[in-house]
Amino acid sequence: MEKLILVRYGEIYLKGQNRPFFERTLVDNIKKVLGNYDNPKVFRSQGRIYIEEIPVERAVLDALSKVFGIIGINPAWKTEKDLDSIRTMLKVIVEDALGKTSGENPTFKVESRRADKTFPMGSMDLNREMGAFILQNFPKLKVDVHNPDIRINLEIREHAYAYHENIPGAGGMPVGTNGKTALLLSGGIDSPVAGWMIAKRGVRLTAVHYHSFPYTSDKAKEKVIDLCRLLTYYCGPIRLHVVPFTEIQQELYEKCPDGLLTVLMRRFMMRIAEIIAKEDGAQALVTGESIGQVASQTLEALASTDDAVSLPVFRPLIGMDKKEIVEIAEKINTYETSILPYEDCCTVFVPRHPVTKPKLDKVRQAETLVDGEALIERALEGVEIHDL
Amino acid sequence: MRQIYLDNAATTPLLPEVRDEVIRSLTEDFGNPSSLHRLGLQSERRIKESRNSIAQLMNVPADSVIFTSGGTEANNLAILGTTRARKRYGNHCITTQIEHSSVLNTFAYLESEGWDVSYLPVDNQGLLDLKDLEKAIRKDTVLVSIGHVNSEIGSVQPISRIGQFLKANYPDIIFHSDAVQSFGKIRLRPVDWGIDLLSASGHKVHAPKGIGILYIKKGTPLTTLQWGGGQEMGIRSGTENLTGIVGFGKAAQLIYEFMDREDDTIRKMKMTLAKGISEAVPEAVINGPRPDEGAPHILNISIPGIRGETLLHVLESHGVYVSTGSACSSRRTKISHVLEAIGAPIQIAEGAIRLSLSYMSDPEELLLVPDILRKSVDQVKRFTRR
Repeated sequence: MEKLILVRYGEIYLKGQNRPFFERTLVDNIKKVLGNYDNPKVFRSQGRIYIEEIPVERAVLDALSKVFGIIGINPAWKTEKDLDSIRTMLKVIVEDALGKTSGENPTFKVESRRADKTFPMGSMDLNREMGAFILQNFPKLKVDVHNPDIRINLEIREHAYAYHENIPGAGGMPVGTNGKTALLLSGGIDSPVAGWMIAKRGVRLTAVHYHSFPYTSDKAKEKVIDLCRLLTYYCGPIRLHVVPFTEIQQELYEKCPDGLLTVLMRRFMMRIAEIIAKEDGAQALVTGESIGQVASQTLEALASTDDAVSLPVFRPLIGMDKKEIVEIAEKINTYETSILPYEDCCTVFVPRHPVTKPKLDKVRQAETLVDGEALIERALEGVEIHDL
Repeated sequence: MRQIYLDNAATTPLLPEVRDEVIRSLTEDFGNPSSLHRLGLQSERRIKESRNSIAQLMNVPADSVIFTSGGTEANNLAILGTTRARKRYGNHCITTQIEHSSVLNTFAYLESEGWDVSYLPVDNQGLLDLKDLEKAIRKDTVLVSIGHVNSEIGSVQPISRIGQFLKANYPDIIFHSDAVQSFGKIRLRPVDWGIDLLSASGHKVHAPKGIGILYIKKGTPLTTLQWGGGQEMGIRSGTENLTGIVGFGKAAQLIYEFMDREDDTIRKMKMTLAKGISEAVPEAVINGPRPDEGAPHILNISIPGIRGETLLHVLESHGVYVSTGSACSSRRTKISHVLEAIGAPIQIAEGAIRLSLSYMSDPEELLLVPDILRKSVDQVKRFTRR
């Protein structure tokens, strides 16, 4: 008898011809998050992924619960396909389950599945046989087939498998199955959540951050690196591009109308992100904007940022309230880092009275006051890359 | 680029002799000072030597110095230890509004436990008025805790007068002073000054981080906060941080020589620096005491209309390292509680930067600072809010 982990996956069932590709990607992603462990065996068979030769401990289960594409994780036991071995295994499982269950007289149920039709006993008979065995050995347990405290799953496949715990997975699709996008990552609460949501749909991320030293400190940059690292637990490896942005801000500040500064800045950010995206093989841009949250997120302002680029711009938070965004940020553990007080220290480049409904022609015209191409080229030369 | 480190009130680099001694000790003195064999004895002896060097610097008996993990622990131990021991005699403590957070937050915790704490105001130089202290004293006052040198603006409280006054009139009140910023810079005489408890930290005087001391006058009531093997006279159990202790001892020895040779090395550098700045950047305002008063190593200035943090980063890009009194964010600027207490207007407080020196500062390098500051200020001013 040995312990192992069973992983169930969901939506990728639907993908017909692509299914083997999706499954392979998921297996690879699981291997990656278990990289700290010495050669666990990860393989798939009959719609399940099996992880063997690994300590079944909290850290492993937590890491797995962040892998997109997984819908459920079961710490399980496996043994030979004979009734005596199965009985011994169930005894261990019930003891484990009782250790994790409170209450005087817990109830239980055995649910068998016989995938191996050569096994001599049917699943109904197995349920009865093993239920009776458990009742004999654990007199304080009672049977409840509708709403049991302990649900023991027994599966007869190449071996006999059993488990009683089901840990929900992150859902979504395996990262790497749906292309790549470039995430504009500011260091605030929203953009990491936006990245997480896109990655959940199987999309890989590359990240772009704008650094305005000395107006923002190197601690702000460190914080963005930390945020990226937190995202990698879900989204896989991320290449972070830190773009020096001070010169662009200063030029815009000196030469363009004050009220348009934010919109102009956003346009430059989008343009630079688009160039980086294309170089890095990303097919769309992702931002953490939601309608009306700040002056630069009115429909007019969003339209005039989109106008600067030709790649599609995804804004997964567009219809969400701050509270909902914060809830996700807390769930994915980026919130605490996001609220560290290092971002945009200096309000110099934030106009006192931003134009909330910028007219596109005015914006385009204002932009001609600076040598955009040269500025972008210099910024790109100074890009610092962190592979996380 | 030349690196000019002017953040010595935050921490100091190790003196080379201290570094050598620490490395030696790390390899050789691995015995547990409590062990009975030769190696244990050797470690115990090292601790004794360090304790002596540190005690000598303040002219106190060696057995009145106990080692802690640093200034914060020393302050916690002093405040919590005495109030625990004196609980039956009263319910009131006195401190000032400009203490270090390890003092203020410890008192805030005591308040949550039901203690009364008076926070004395200071004037625009950061100085306490003795009359205010006298007025604040009550029948149930058990502890007065007043920091010696303020870490942000360098104001120096008259702790010898305070201590002598308390001893003459209120001998039962315990007097603690946080001397983290003055230890090794100003000659301390706790015995003569009527001080019962005094905190100091190693890394502010070129020793490693993670080591500090609390001077405890013999007979001062103090409850331990940490139980175990009874090390440090039963007050602070736990296997001693031998490397830290050895490093602190060595630093204390060297500083004793520095202070003996010439008292005023650091102040002279500060005066030159202040003069240079006032010529190169005449719009700079000094926060707190005049350079010839105040602590020898701390100079706090503001350039009106410029944020301290922005200036800090520009200076950093020119190789000069300083501190700010306030952390700023786009939403709200958190003003330093010290600058608030001395009544600095918000524009001044937002702009404050602290330059702090040490025995390792190089007078030649300091001559470059005023011009670098001028250049940095001009750079920031080009982009200040319209």
